[in-house]
Amino acid sequence: MNEDSTGVGPSVPGSQWYDADAGPLVRPYAMTGGRTKPGPSNVRFDLIALVVVDDDPPGPAEESLLGPEHRSLLALCRAVTQSVAELSADADLPVGVVRVLLGDLLESGFVRVSRPVPPAQLPDERILREVIDGLRAL
Amino acid sequence: MAYERSESSGADDSADSTALALKILVAGGFGVGKTTLVGAVSEIRPLRTEEQLSRAGEFVDDTGGVDQKTTTTVAMDFGRITIRSGLSLYLFGTPGQDRFWFLWDELSQGALGAVVLADTRRLEDCFPAVDYFEHRKIPFVVAVNCFTGARAYGAAEVSRALDLDRGTPVVLCDARDRDSGKEVLIRLVEYAGRMHTARLLDTVG
Ligand SMILES: Nc1nc2c(ncn2[C@@H]2O[C@H](COP(=O)(O)OP(=O)(O)O)[C@@H](O)[C@H]2O)c(=O)[nH]1
Ligand SMILES: [Mg+2]
Repeated sequence: MNEDSTGVGPSVPGSQWYDADAGPLVRPYAMTGGRTKPGPSNVRFDLIALVVVDDDPPGPAEESLLGPEHRSLLALCRAVTQSVAELSADADLPVGVVRVLLGDLLESGFVRVSRPVPPAQLPDERILREVIDGLRAL
Repeated sequence: MAYERSESSGADDSADSTALALKILVAGGFGVGKTTLVGAVSEIRPLRTEEQLSRAGEFVDDTGGVDQKTTTTVAMDFGRITIRSGLSLYLFGTPGQDRFWFLWDELSQGALGAVVLADTRRLEDCFPAVDYFEHRKIPFVVAVNCFTGARAYGAAEVSRALDLDRGTPVVLCDARDRDSGKEVLIRLVEYAGRMHTARLLDTVG
């Protein structure tokens, strides 16, 4: 693997760790106030957990206190229920940042989050059949 | 498990009753065609995720607060296939090197199954992925991406070369072709269903 192609300077410890699949070293947490984990609620949002707006959200006064990234996420959630992964791709923010921001929105009651499918509980045969037929029809 | 926490902290399952999201992983060595496959069958979007280096065990920085920690960004391929309103397949194409296991550990939680893409010219590149899914008993199919110029191997040969468990499907495919990619996913979903049924019978009997 060519180290130069990563754009990481030789002075960065561990830079040999990367290849073309890894991006440059970044510190993407400025907008989260340096936090790398969601707030006290400690929710670890699954990538395919679905985020919906709360039907009883805080008022406009509280909303006006939100930062621009919080608002753009909220706007995306309002447009359509979508997964954490989609929110991250649409907002063009790294997943970790989106998780922290969603944690804030969850705690202040702007959004709700679905529970991910429990690992041991695969969907039943009917659903799988539907998926197969759906794929064939694509 | 991490999920249990979210239940007691305000997350609820009200969205589950209307929407079901299924997750499929696409793994394999660099340049094997993961991005191509996800793009052929779904509306693909790049997704960035990031990890602190200390988690990858390479570089531990405990000199300061969280803002001092260096993170790395890893790009994933992310695609969605809408089966119908309320039922979607999510595809995640992840780098197949062992140093990205931290990503896989999260992605494979609750995954329906995985596609391991293989290139017969560099079959060993997919060994780590095969091992990973075998050990965790995650249903997977091996999809041999038939690059032009590569000598054609049969599915049985590939299966033997990879020492796959009996029953693990091997599918020959062209990652650029939508129908071929769809067939790979169909084989995986069928197989995941069979595996699941077999396990249920095991626990009952
Ligand atoms: N000839 C041929 N080229 C392919 C095929 N699949 C992928 N490629 C090419 O191989 C290269 C690597 O594919 P990519 O999807 O980026 O691999 P990834 O690193 O696994 O995501 C790209 O230039 C693709 O266009 C295939 O089935 N046949
Ligand atoms: Mg790729």
